[in-house]
Amino acid sequence: MATEQMTDDHTLAAGPNGAAEGSHSEHPTPLTYFKVAMTLVVLTILEVVLFLIDALSYGIIPVIAILSIAKFALVGLFYMHLRFDHRLFYTMFVVGLFLALGVVFAIMGLFSWFDV
Amino acid sequence: MAQAPTTPPAVVHQEEHEKTTTGLNHKKLLMWAFLASDCMFFGTLIATYLVYKGKSKVGALPEDVFSIPVTSVSTFVLLMSSMSMVLAYAALRRGSLKGFRIWLLSTILLGSTFLGFQVFEFYEFVNHEVTIDCHEFAANPDGFSPFEAGIAGDECTEGVDEYEGTHGLTPRTNLFGTTFFTLTGLHGTHVTIGVIWLLGLFFYSFKKGAVTPARHLDTDLAALYWHFVDVVWIIIFPVVYLFGVFEGFPT
Repeated sequence: MATEQMTDDHTLAAGPNGAAEGSHSEHPTPLTYFKVAMTLVVLTILEVVLFLIDALSYGIIPVIAILSIAKFALVGLFYMHLRFDHRLFYTMFVVGLFLALGVVFAIMGLFSWFDV
Repeated sequence: MAQAPTTPPAVVHQEEHEKTTTGLNHKKLLMWAFLASDCMFFGTLIATYLVYKGKSKVGALPEDVFSIPVTSVSTFVLLMSSMSMVLAYAALRRGSLKGFRIWLLSTILLGSTFLGFQVFEFYEFVNHEVTIDCHEFAANPDGFSPFEAGIAGDECTEGVDEYEGTHGLTPRTNLFGTTFFTLTGLHGTHVTIGVIWLLGLFFYSFKKGAVTPARHLDTDLAALYWHFVDVVWIIIFPVVYLFGVFEGFPT
């Protein structure tokens, strides 16, 4: 019984790394980290180049939004290990992000669009 | 023959782990909660910057002071620091303390370089030099920004061929200066705290047994914080700098 309890604790409890057991088994290799870094650099160069094209006009906004979200997601999922860590960390951060987006739109709505 | 009681392996394993209500390490959970709250903090500052964008009546504007090539290089430096940080963490997990220290030190150096770029940028903005050829202004006033045209209108009087003067951007100059310095200054403060944290971790790693593959939580937390300042910059760079100089929007 005691052994069984320990096994359960082993499964549920977090290690010193803070994640549930087993969640760190699929950590990427240094090569993957390097590939992510190069992707980030390429996306940043693409951003800068796109800003030189004045003809995009307001079309630049969704394009840059997509590129920035892609970069944000790459760092979050791979470098911050959200892809491999416990779901609760992911959920907590994403909730914070949505709240932040809500704050951004609320402030812009109040002080810019509705001219409070 | 009686053997001395030894701790069974399973018990040893259990002692290494923390029993928490979530089954997760509370320090790491707290760090994620902090980062989530920091998202809202930066969200507020970015929204404030956007609300006041284009509302400045006097002083230099983004197109007058920003240097996209310089900021692009500093962005590259910060992205590379994120990569070296994650490689430091990976080296530690592999058990290579030497690799960990090398990558961590490179992260510190890259982070410091980014801060150097920011100090240089702030210095340039505060001491922004304006040079106007008055004859050129008289011939083609549309070739000057509204900020430069305003200065030229005041300074290019009869008999003046060229005007040269300092018209710096400070937090008190205009709304752009206030929101820009607050946003990027607080990001820079985050980076500074990160550099100090990583320096502390670097020296702490020389204490025997302080940083090991089994005890990598301190590194994990520092790395999370460092990557967070990187993702914040990923948003600041296009929103503040690139949109600041973009000329494609209809006037």
